[in-house]
Amino acid sequence: MAQVKNYNLDQKFDFTDAVKKVIFILGGIGALLLVLGILAAALGGDHAEEGGHAFHWTQRLFANLWINNVYFTGIAIIGVFFFAIQYASQAGWSTALLRIMLSFGYWLPIAAVLMLVTFFIANHDLFHWTHSYVFDKTNAEYDRIIDGKGSFFYWPMEKGTFPIFYIVRMVLFFGFWVFFFNKLKSLSYEEDLQGGTSYWYTIRKWSAIFLVFFAVSSSISAWDWVMSIDTHWFSTLFGWYVFASWFVAGLSAITLVTVFLKDQGYLEMVNQNHIHDLGKFVFAFSIFWTYIWFSQFLLIYYANIPEESVYFIERLSSDVYGPYIFVNIGLNFVLPFLVLMTRDAKRHNIFLKLVCTLIILGHWIDFFLMVQPGTLGHNGGVGLMELGMLLVYGSAFAFVALSNLSKHNLIAKNHPMLEESYHHHI
Amino acid sequence: MERDKHFILGIFDDEDILLNAVKEVRATGIRIHEVFSPYPVHGLDEELGYKRSSLPIAAFLFGVLGTTLALTMQFYMMKFDWPMIIGGKDHAAFPDFIPVTFELTVLLAAFGMVGVFMISSNLKPWGQPRIYDLRSTDDKHVMAIDIATNASVDLEKIKDALKTSGATEVNSKSFD
Repeated sequence: MAQVKNYNLDQKFDFTDAVKKVIFILGGIGALLLVLGILAAALGGDHAEEGGHAFHWTQRLFANLWINNVYFTGIAIIGVFFFAIQYASQAGWSTALLRIMLSFGYWLPIAAVLMLVTFFIANHDLFHWTHSYVFDKTNAEYDRIIDGKGSFFYWPMEKGTFPIFYIVRMVLFFGFWVFFFNKLKSLSYEEDLQGGTSYWYTIRKWSAIFLVFFAVSSSISAWDWVMSIDTHWFSTLFGWYVFASWFVAGLSAITLVTVFLKDQGYLEMVNQNHIHDLGKFVFAFSIFWTYIWFSQFLLIYYANIPEESVYFIERLSSDVYGPYIFVNIGLNFVLPFLVLMTRDAKRHNIFLKLVCTLIILGHWIDFFLMVQPGTLGHNGGVGLMELGMLLVYGSAFAFVALSNLSKHNLIAKNHPMLEESYHHHI
Repeated sequence: MERDKHFILGIFDDEDILLNAVKEVRATGIRIHEVFSPYPVHGLDEELGYKRSSLPIAAFLFGVLGTTLALTMQFYMMKFDWPMIIGGKDHAAFPDFIPVTFELTVLLAAFGMVGVFMISSNLKPWGQPRIYDLRSTDDKHVMAIDIATNASVDLEKIKDALKTSGATEVNSKSFD
């Protein structure tokens, strides 16, 4: 107790060429795989389906873009969300990690642009409800169920025209998320310069407002961006399911960056106790995700109502997606549950690196399983294009987050709870 | 002299002084029997040189027992003892078993852990817990030193070590 250490609080992360090189190499490999995948798909040619719809390789490209748009948006907003949680819960242990969480938010504006552009280019390939004929009673393809849900996308305009309500929601959510992120970040950076406890109170107030907004918007964005792909189908806990998936992936990313920075010799004040707590979060919320996933599955399986069970029949009885259901459970539940159970595993970087990397891959597979069956049917799968796109997005995300992390102090040096974080001990 | 019977007790007011005292007393070669404090003192376990509790291992084993028990029980009941068709599923439909398996795992892990803890800390109903100094349940920290285990050390030396390291009182206590 009471050992005052002189930590270098003004330390900044040096985004060296060596680190950049690794990110560029990974991104380059991703781009190469992506191009190879596109070439393979394009040269493989289009083929007609029994339903009369021709399958085109661009559909697979768009589905991939959509998976990664949703996934990395999630990781980015979870950074801001976890930051806000620290303030709302008045947590002191995480003070040294706040800037890492904040750095993820820089991806949000990019994600917003990517998502809007992808939607405008690929809406017909991704979302069945964007076709105007499903709302046309005279058309043979008229769909009474989608017609009933149409107002959720098109209000106040006529169904089948421009999905104004959907777009407004997307813009609004991203707009507010970026607004709150900017607010929190500028307050946090200002605290570095001015000091005092008033910033902490102001950030807590904004965090609380953001959390209320996020509670609603994360759920609705999950319906909009993911659940509406399977337009007929619905699940009342889908918002939580997507949030849980985002949260575990985000926590794993935060842990990975922390461990990476520790390995590079930064964050001197972060010790094994902080790492242990991050490990606990990853462990606990992996189980939370499993709980949500299984709750959704068990109710649908038990009730066996065709309109609900179609979602799992489409996946489990498919040669393409069936195995990935089990990969999903294995990577996101069995692996973190068994490996991170002991105290020692959570306190050793090597286990965390391994598990967190695999969890990030695992939750990508989770989103793959949400998006691809509804958009591509049996033409989907994990191939070169999928791996390439994931690597491209992942390295772009890492580049954006790390380059912005290097611009400010790594530690919020005037945070009133810094002392508590020094002495964190579990 | 018999072990585990006769003790010298150092009474401490402050946890910082206590932590330092533990370090100093141990440095003189005196072996501390146990320290009693009204609330958890951070870092005390490390200063006393205790190994980590193996309670988590007991919890895990009881959890595994619960899982096994639940799965065997349900499988036996649903497949062999009294097969019923529920919702058109197989007799032994695995997903149905998960909630019960989860509950029994948690139940047995929790009960097992509490039971093992109570027995190992002498809190069993038929046990008589020893009270070294009643004030350790209120506002004092009590360091107990077993005289028999420190037979090679002079009694006065132990008392002196406690005094100089900040004990407000030094008492002796014997149990029959």
